[in-house]
Amino acid sequence: MDQYIHGIAVAARGVPVTLIISLVAVLGGLVLGLLVALAKRSKFKILRGIATVYVDILRGTPLLVQVLILGYGVPQLVRAITGMQFNWEPLILVGFIACGVNSSAYMAEIIRSGLQAVDIGQTEAARSLGLNSRQTMRYVIVPQAFKIIVPALGNEFVTLIKETSILSMVGIVEVTRRGTLWASQSFQSFPAYIGVAVVYLIMTLTLSRLVSYMERRMAQSDRS
Amino acid sequence: MIEVKNLCKSFGDLQVLKGISETINDREVVCVIGPSGSGKSTFLRCLNLLEEPSGGEVFLDGKKINDSDVDIDEIREKLGMVFQGFNLFPHMTVLDNLTLAPIKVKGMEKAAAEEKARNLLETVGLADKAEKYPASLSGGQKQRVAIARALAMDPEIMLFDEPTSALDPEMVGEVLNVMKNLAENGMTMVIVTHEMGFAREVADRVLFIDEGNILEQGTPAELFGNPQHDRTKNFLSKVL
Repeated sequence: MDQYIHGIAVAARGVPVTLIISLVAVLGGLVLGLLVALAKRSKFKILRGIATVYVDILRGTPLLVQVLILGYGVPQLVRAITGMQFNWEPLILVGFIACGVNSSAYMAEIIRSGLQAVDIGQTEAARSLGLNSRQTMRYVIVPQAFKIIVPALGNEFVTLIKETSILSMVGIVEVTRRGTLWASQSFQSFPAYIGVAVVYLIMTLTLSRLVSYMERRMAQSDRS
Repeated sequence: MIEVKNLCKSFGDLQVLKGISETINDREVVCVIGPSGSGKSTFLRCLNLLEEPSGGEVFLDGKKINDSDVDIDEIREKLGMVFQGFNLFPHMTVLDNLTLAPIKVKGMEKAAAEEKARNLLETVGLADKAEKYPASLSGGQKQRVAIARALAMDPEIMLFDEPTSALDPEMVGEVLNVMKNLAENGMTMVIVTHEMGFAREVADRVLFIDEGNILEQGTPAELFGNPQHDRTKNFLSKVL
């Protein structure tokens, strides 16, 4: 039993890193995703094309491969081109960028569906009042779309927390990596990875509850 | 003053407006009637370019507005629009619905915009609803807020697109009363409506649109009392 408790304790030490990467990635992904979603609605064909290719590539390749390209491939490429030493410093940057960019492709689709779900009459009313298309987006459409997509965003956050485990492959010491390190040193593989699993479960369940609470709160302000 | 010349609008192969020419003078109240699908809403929506005309010209105070180099947002400030489905912003309080455009578009101070909004709410009889959200209002109250919201921009002209069609019958009167007051205060208004009693009482002029053309027009007495075309007679016999 002691090994299991110890396994959980070891994995828990990785929680701050896992959470900070997930949080940065979800926020970065949200901002990037919004830009991509807007590009997809743009009247310029080129912009729409770029956005489509961006989403296709990121959703069509495994996150693990993207992480390996960014973590190992990119430094080598930079060294080859510039002849200068290049390492990701601090290493956590790889996590921020890879997970943020990857998530932005999924966010873009979520946001696009949210924007589409806002009644066209809202746009017409805002434009009729003299708001330009940007102001209409910012003050009328996006706030309503955001409310619609909160559950989907929450799910994306939960997914991200789990997917950051992939970053252990490039040596970022988050929850999974803590477990792996302890397992290889103590040969307690089963308790180590059970501990890792329990820690992920606690994070994702807590977050899911938090999201459904927020959802209920937001629905209330509609009726008051 | 709005002037349209040979206004045409097609959606794909469907020609909805077939060359409408018409002038709406300052302080005039014009009601647009006609069967559904006749193009009356499209006509109204072409006036503030919510629909882009396929052909013809629209002038506001002598200036052509359906031109690519015209700042349409500036034009729309002068044209208030009220919709059948209210289209209030559900995520804002009634007060914020009214102050959004004056603050963001006209650059009004928040305090001044709010004072003005409260005065407008008073005139539509909803002073006590300023802090409420639209979801808690009845249909009639929502539409009165929508009218106040349009008025907050000090428009020269108000456009109404079937403002009472989505309302329960007992709420129609309160909205029509607000519109009647506006008319009496000299607002220029173009109203697409099925409320013949209102058109007869308030309008200076009534346009009967059928199949994309203004088939007939005149004072309410002329149009309702002595319609010339069979189509007009037929339509009026069904709705009166």
